[in-house]
Formats: sequence, C-alpha cells, structure tokens
Amino acid sequence: MAYIAKRLLFSALILVGVSFITFALLYLLPADPVRQIAGRSATAQTVENIRHQLGLDQPFFVQYARYFWSLVQGDLGRSYVQRAEVSSLIAARLPASLLLMAAGIVVELVFGLTLGIVAALRRGTATDQALMITSFTAVSAPQFVVGLLLLYVFAVELGWFPIGGYGTFAHLVLPAVTLGVLGMGWYSRMMRSSMIEVLRQDYIRTARAKGLPRLTIFVRHAMPNAILPIIAMIGIDIGLFMSGIVVVESVFGWPGIGQLAWQAIQRVDIPIIMGVTLVSACAIVLGNLLADLVTPLIDPRIKLRD
Amino acid sequence: MLKRTLQAALIVGVALAVPMGAMAQQQGGSIVITYKDDVATLDPAIGYDWQNWSMIKSLFDGLMDYEPGTTELRPGLAESYEISDDGLTYTFHLRDGVTFHNGRGLVAGDVVYSLNRVTNPVTQSPGAGFFDSIEGFEAITAGDADALSGVSAPDDKTVVIKLNRPDATFLHKMALNFASVVPEEAVAESGADFGREPVGTGAFKLEEWRSGLRVVFTRNEDYWREGLPYLDQIVFEIGMEPIVALLRLQNGEVDIPGDQIPPAKFLEVMGNPETASRVVEGGQLHTGYITMNVEMAPFDNVDVRRAVNMAINKDRITQIINGRGVPANQPLPPSMPGYSQTYEGYAYDPAAAIDLLAEAGFPDGFETELYVMNTDPQPRIAQAIQNDLAKIGIKADIKSLAQANVIAAGGEKDQAPMIWSGGMAWIADFPDPSNFYAPILGCAGAVPGGWNWSWYCNEELDALATKADSITDPAAQEERMKLWEEIYVKVMDDAPWVPVFNENRYTMKSERMDGADNLYVDPVHIPINYDYVYVKPE
Amino acid sequence: MVNRNASPAATHPGPADPPAGGADPAGSGEERRRSLPARLARRPLAILGILVILACVAGAVFAPVLTSYEPDVPLFEGLTLTGAPLPPDADFPLGTDLLGRDLLTRILYGARTSLIIGIAANGTALVIGTLIGAVAGFFGGFIGSALMRFTDLMMAFPALLLAICLAAIFQPSLWIVAMVIALVNWVQAARVLYTETRALSQREFIEAERAMGAGTARILLRHIVPHLVPTIIVWGTLGISTTVLLEATLSYLGVGVQPPTPSWGNIIFENQTYFQSAPWLVFFPGAAILALALAFNFVGDALRDELDPTQRD
Repeated sequence: MAYIAKRLLFSALILVGVSFITFALLYLLPADPVRQIAGRSATAQTVENIRHQLGLDQPFFVQYARYFWSLVQGDLGRSYVQRAEVSSLIAARLPASLLLMAAGIVVELVFGLTLGIVAALRRGTATDQALMITSFTAVSAPQFVVGLLLLYVFAVELGWFPIGGYGTFAHLVLPAVTLGVLGMGWYSRMMRSSMIEVLRQDYIRTARAKGLPRLTIFVRHAMPNAILPIIAMIGIDIGLFMSGIVVVESVFGWPGIGQLAWQAIQRVDIPIIMGVTLVSACAIVLGNLLADLVTPLIDPRIKLRD
Repeated sequence: MLKRTLQAALIVGVALAVPMGAMAQQQGGSIVITYKDDVATLDPAIGYDWQNWSMIKSLFDGLMDYEPGTTELRPGLAESYEISDDGLTYTFHLRDGVTFHNGRGLVAGDVVYSLNRVTNPVTQSPGAGFFDSIEGFEAITAGDADALSGVSAPDDKTVVIKLNRPDATFLHKMALNFASVVPEEAVAESGADFGREPVGTGAFKLEEWRSGLRVVFTRNEDYWREGLPYLDQIVFEIGMEPIVALLRLQNGEVDIPGDQIPPAKFLEVMGNPETASRVVEGGQLHTGYITMNVEMAPFDNVDVRRAVNMAINKDRITQIINGRGVPANQPLPPSMPGYSQTYEGYAYDPAAAIDLLAEAGFPDGFETELYVMNTDPQPRIAQAIQNDLAKIGIKADIKSLAQANVIAAGGEKDQAPMIWSGGMAWIADFPDPSNFYAPILGCAGAVPGGWNWSWYCNEELDALATKADSITDPAAQEERMKLWEEIYVKVMDDAPWVPVFNENRYTMKSERMDGADNLYVDPVHIPINYDYVYVKPE
Repeated sequence: MVNRNASPAATHPGPADPPAGGADPAGSGEERRRSLPARLARRPLAILGILVILACVAGAVFAPVLTSYEPDVPLFEGLTLTGAPLPPDADFPLGTDLLGRDLLTRILYGARTSLIIGIAANGTALVIGTLIGAVAGFFGGFIGSALMRFTDLMMAFPALLLAICLAAIFQPSLWIVAMVIALVNWVQAARVLYTETRALSQREFIEAERAMGAGTARILLRHIVPHLVPTIIVWGTLGISTTVLLEATLSYLGVGVQPPTPSWGNIIFENQTYFQSAPWLVFFPGAAILALALAFNFVGDALRDELDPTQRD
C-alpha cells in the first residue's frame, strides 16, 4: 500500500511536470491565440483588450501560476474558441474515447495473442511465415487506409455495419478493429517471441519430462511468463490510444477526445490542449501503474519495489 | 473564356431561382448534413467558421438580409429604413410580430443591446471591428463606455444608428451574423454558454447538441416569414471525414456533405453523369493569391513582383485542382461588384519574366521561402508555384505549416517573404469590394498580427478607398464601383499579390433535395441556405 | 507457481549447450562470431533480407542514375487534362502522382529520407530504450524508479506540440525529425524491456552469478541483454514501419522534410485519400516500407538464432 501511495504521489508530480512542459511549449508556440479569437477584422485595441482579459499579457510564470491555481481547484478553464468549459467538453467525449480504447485493446489482445501463440507453437512452418507477414503488413498499413477499406468492404458493400457513427455495438466494431490492427501486429510478434523464449526454458522442459499434460504446462507455466511483456504493452497502449486516435475518430465520426485535441491544436486553443494533455497523462500514468501492480500477481518472483 | 461561362451560369441560376422557388416547395421533412470539424459555437457575436456561419443565419436574424441565393440586400427584422442625406444617420423600423425562440416579442431595445454586446470587448467578438463606423465605437473598444453612443431606440419599433463617417457598406454590415439580434435575458441566463444555448428569432431553433456528434435544428413554428422554413428538421452530423460523408451520401444516409466534395473524389463524382447531375456548381466570393512581402528584399522591388506575376502558370494550377476554379488576374472575384472586365492582368510569360528579373538586377534569380498551409491540396499548389518560380531562376523553399503558424508568420513584418493563401484565403464577409481591401491590402492590415501579409501600404489608395466608401447615395453606386475598380487595378500595378484563381463551389446533394440551384451555392449562406431548401414529396 | 529447478548455468548461452542439428562445428563463442557471415549465408531468408536492404540502399544512393526523371519536377505529360494522375505504364513504371511526377523516381529518392528515419532514428530510439529499460529493471531502487518515472513523464509528453514548436523555431530538416523520433520513440521499448529485465534479474542464474561475485556490468551485458535480444529485434523491425510513417506526420506539421522532397511516409500520407482512385500511390510506397521491415526481420531472426543457439530446440 505504501508503494501505491508513493506511486500516486509520483503520478501527481508527473502531472505537474506535464502541465508545466505543455504550458511552456504553448507559450513558446509562434501562433497567437488572441489573433485566432479576435479574427481577421479586429483592431489592435480589440486584440489588446482580449489579451488582457485572458491574462495573456502577463509574464509566463504568472500565467502558469494562475493556471495551476485553477487546476488545483479543479477548474480547467474555458475554451478560447468554443467558449465552453473545458471540463464539460472533455466529459462529453471521454466515455466514447474510453469505450473505443477498451474495445481496441480487446481486439489487439484477442487477435494479437492468438496469432502470436499459434506462430510460436508452429515456429518455422509456413503458418509462422504467413502470420509474420500478416503482422508486418498490419503494422505497415496506414490507419486511414485500413479504416476506409474496412468501411468499403463491411459497411458499404456487405452492409454488416453502419458507415461510421456512434451509439450501438455495431458502430463500435469497425473503429475498434481499425484501432486494433496496428496493435495486433505488435502483440503477435511480441507474444511469439516471448512464448518461444519461455518454451525453451528448462522448467518447461522439466515439466514436459515429468509428463505433465501439455495444456497444464501451457496454461500454468508458459503463459504467465510469456504474458509479462504484453502487460507492459497494454499500459503503453493506453497512452498511445489517448493521443493517437485522431485518424480513427475522424474516419468513423467517433466523438472522442482525439478530434477535440487535434482541432484545438490547429486553432491554438490552449485550455483544451492543456486539458486533453492532462487527461491523457492521467490515463498513461495510471495505466503504467496498473501494469506494474499486475505484474507481481502473475509472476510472484517480481516484487513491487521503488 | 471560362470566366464568362461561370458568370453566365450564375445569371442563369438567378433567373431560374424565382419561378422554381415559387412552384414546388412544400413544408416538412428532415435532412442530414455532415461536417468534419466541430461546431465551435452558435453565438452570433462569436461564430466565424465555415460550418457555423450559415447555421447561425438560420437561428438568428439581423436588421438586414439578402434575397436567397443572391447578393442583393433586402430588409430583415427591419421592415424599412431611412438614410439621412449626409449618410450619417440610419433609422430602422422594426417589423411587427417577431418573437424570440423563448416567446418574447422583439423590441428595438434588443437591437441596441445586441450591437452594444458585439462591440463590447468583454464579448471578444471577432466581428467587432466591422462596426467601427458607428458613433461611440472607439469609446466602447477602449473600455470608456458600456454602450455605443450612436445607437438608440426612441421607441419599441424604431432604432436610430448614427455613424462617425459615411459608410457605404453599412447596410451590408447590418446583415452580418455579428449584427444579429439576441435577447438580453437569454444571454444573461446562459452567460458564456450562450453559444451552446442560442436563442434567436431565426427560422430554426436549436433542439439538441451532442458535442462532436450532432447538432439538431427544428422548425421555429412562429417564424415571422410566412411559410418558412420548409424543412421540419435539420440534423448536422459532426466529426466525419468528407470522404466517408460522401460514401454515406451515396448510401442514402446523408443529404448534403457540408465540407463539399473532397478533392480525392471530385473527378469520380463529376465523371459519373448520375452523381454529376446532383452537383450544383457556383462561384464564391473567393480569391486564392500569393503574397509577396514588400518590406523584404528582393520583393521591395516592384519589377521583381511583376516578374513573379508573369511567371505563374495559372492554367496549370487550375488543372492540378481538377478545374475547380478559374484563373484570376485581379484581387476581386468575378462575381463581386467592382470587378474589372477590361483589366487584362499579367499574362503568363516566363521569358519576359526572366528579362524583367534581369533588369531588376537579378539575372541569376534569388532564393526565397514560400509559406503554405499544410492541408491538401495547398502543399501541392505550392509545389506547382515553386516549380514555376524555378523556371525563372527563383529558388523558393516551401514551408508547409499548420494554419495558425502560417497566419502568425504572415503577421510578422520580416518573416514570410511569400505566402500561398490557400485554405486561409479571403472569402468575403459581405458582397462588397471594400471587404477585399482594408484588412488584406490596406495600411490598416499592414500591422503586426494583421492579415495584410504583403505589408503593402499605399496611402494614396487608402485615401481613394475612404472616398469610395463615403459615397452612400444609392444612385451613385456605379460611380463608387468605378472607383473600386480603379483602386484594384492600381494595386495590381504595384503587384503585391499574384492573384492565382477564384475557387468555385461544388455542392453535392441527395436525390430528394429540391429547391433552386443557387440556394445550394448561396454566396451569403455558406454552404447552403437552410431556410429555403426543401425535400421532394416522398 | 512456476516450476523452478533449472540449473543456472544451462539457461544462458554457452559452450555447454551446442546448437541443435550439429550444423555448427564451432565450439567457442569467439569462433562462432568469426564465422557468422558464412553461417548466415546458409539461410535463404537472411540472404533475401540482406539483398532487399542492399537494394534499398542502392536505390537511394544511385537514384539519379537509375531514373531519368527528376523527383521534384511536375511533368505536363504526367497528368490527364483534368488533372488526374496516371496509372503504371511504359513511361511511368509505377505511375505518376497528383502533380504528374514519376512515382518510381519519388520512391527511389524517398528511400534516402526513409532509410535514415527507419534505421538511424529508430535504431537510436531502440538503443536508448534498451539502456534505460535494462538499467532501470536491473538496478531497481532509486535509479530504477527515477528512470521509470522519467519514462512515464516522457510517455505523457505532448510530442506533437513539441514538433510544432520545433517546426516554427528551426529550419525544417531531416535531422530534426530524426531527433524528435529518437527522443519520443524510446519510451515504449524502455517500458517493455524494463518489465522483462525485472523478471530476468529475479532468475536463479542471475542470482547465482551475483553470488559468484560477477560484476554488475558483466551480468548486465553478458546475461541480461542477450536475453532481451528477441524483444529488441521485434521492437526494432516493427519500429521501422511505424517510424517511417511517423516521419510523415511530423513532416506534415513542419518539422521534417518539406515538399517537394519525397519520403515513403509522406508519399503515402499525401495520397491516402486517393487510394481508391489511384491505389498505386499508396500501394507502392507501402510495399517498400513493408519490404524493408520484413528484410530486417529476416536478418534479425537469423542473427538471433545464430547468436543464441539455445533458441533452437
């Protein structure tokens, strides 16, 4: 428990660090948010008025201190462009993002692990080679093209799924698969390599020599060890998904925070960029913490240390 | 040639509009429109985007309005108006029977409140600057006053607006979204969230808004224009790639892709007679241009700028964008009043350009930078420009950046020698030639953070522009347009820009959508006029 | 509970564990290394891999000789009158792009950028990730947690924003984009290798080495890192594809190579919306990326097997 408390404390520090770095980068960015708000017909006076109202005429550290103080009180501010509260904008979209993320991870795990295990057990065969090429193709294919191809085939031609949108399970399938294809490639290669490494360990050989059933060896001895790196990868994926789903969201019209962040970056909407960065930083930090907490449950030799 | 065809098409469109509009329209039905980017806000004082511009027009009304599908002014919430002889006092008489969506009747005080609100710096309206000709504008901008001294309501039906100078474009400004009338109590109740809970007098009212997913409008049953709108409901679906929106259109799920036909699909759509028949083509008040920073060497030399004007192969560039535009030779688009039919511009002549460059002291050319916004097809167009420049010895490195960065670079006096304006280019706020001058070619825009990216400032032309905009007599408009024509021809003589092309608009619609074609390429309601389109009977 | 009765000495590569099938007569590690090229030559897939890599390098180096077109000059005859690109034909073996340039020429020249990204930037990221992951996992304690919390921070770091800032400050160049990729891409590898190292360093053979008084550096380099090789190969080879594509995103934001300089990633990126009307614009550069990644995978697999005979059972 002390370990968890310590990690949570570190997590808070990381969030502060991320907020500072992001704020500094936005400050350095040579694009003026006030000009974006004021528009192309604004007079110099209007521009200065807006700059003053937003406190953007203050020195950097004053601006950051103000932001930080609001943040501590749970206030993420208001969007410059949308004028709405950042917290409500994020809250409206976070469920969709989390759902897509969870579904994407399920796809990755189910397909990635299956392909990886099959490849490891059939090592060196034609099946193994075919699965390898599949994995590499999955990783090399641009997401935009994968998403559109899936739409053409399964939504337009076959009509099995709706052409984008949000709401039902049917809406979720294609975006989740598109999102999961890349991870599937990674997971299957990692799983294969990890499984091969484990299968050649002496304890597995010994277990075989003892005549234990194959399935028992596999489930009780091989899997837990082989899956360790995969768990670390899930922690990473949470981070990648929080920031990297812009393409999938726009292809499928999925109302997640990736779109929100991308449009905010285009328009220098600092409060939204800050908010989304912090939310995804939270997810990343928690994801990694969970991964570290789960690891010892699977392999008790590994102890929580810090 | 092409230019003339386009104008003919526009005229035919206008002519057709009236009889067709009067025949078959019927009320009812719900349509689906898609947009890729979020609707930022529906507050008329703030919204200034491609997607919310026309949406706001359907939720709110201003004193003035335009005949649907045209650039002709007509009274809106004002039933009539008078202009004093000196052109400094406008008196508007409000219509009877106009109510806000919250049920309250419109009074003149609402107009006064709305103009005070949009010009008050606290509102942070990007449109505040349009109202600088109203008396008291400086005081409210400087924070010395809470209200415009020039705007008053002697009674509930009358609004009097006094100007500090004659302003020929004032009625156009009263038709801008920024001049829409909002009810004070609703703004007070919603505060900063008014943009999410808009209350206006418009043909539609907001029914539902799910961030990043959809916005739903329903008919305002009490709308003051008899029989309007035709549609019961409009569903705006948000967040989808234009290319996917088109797939959905082909599948019968979408009626209008609001982001137009994506470049990647344009030839396919236009090559198929069935789909091409559902595309409405029209001009728009847009010019794509290259700016040359006259403060930065060697573009401080007018001959260099003229040479560049001769070097750009505009026909080739229009070919690269699949002919979605017409080559331009002057800042104004052809459908704008004041466009010079006689001006011939700089003909494409690389050999003469090389000679001129040599005369200007650059026989071996020079190196420079071309800034461009990074979304397709802009970098492609920039590469074509780069290639044209290379042919006369100018080596231009392309800097392809996010829109905000390019705008920021253009607003610095010494940063961007050349900018291709595509994607950020000027689309007129209102159909008047003055709108193309002050912010982007006049001295007022040549300030840090301004939009005059060529930093061209000609005091003499500024004086002419002021003179032109002081001609408020409706009878003297022809004289005023002559003056504007002269101004733009003189601008081209100094050549701070290379006008490259005027983009056309192509709106695709579903089979069931009906109404005159010009409603789908409405020059004011961009992209379409929601109030007047309708669906065919089932 | 995992069955643990393995003897430490037998679990790691060593002379006591000769390769299966007796294909290798070499007895000592040193001799094995010396004859490595000869041994690789007996693996057809490895040879194929090496050939593909050499072909990519040759294409990049000799591009001006291999093609008669310029990579950045739009050709009038390269577009239809309505501005559509041309499919592969006799004049343009891989077709033309949206500006009427020869796609084969663009891919050849693009190899220059993409090889540097996919090999140098990706490789640097991998080395950093391996070092940090292995050191943090092996030492644990303060060093370990400090390194891993730094990794967490880097993972939460808004890399796109950094890219946009750099784009505005520096002249765009290949080296900046390579640096950004090296800077942000090591993080994931570090996380995974950290977890693996943690598990490894609890193993008996490592503990036995420690008990026998082996130096930390020796244990880390001789016993930990070799066991990480399979993961490093997976990460390095798949990373080729992802970094080559990532380069396009970063260049789009203005940090990397600017148009008209081609790279495999930006050819795909620019043209992906056209993949239905002009599939060749996406298919050929995509195939190039896939081929390069697979080639490295073949070579990597072969290398691993040769270096670590215990893998072959």
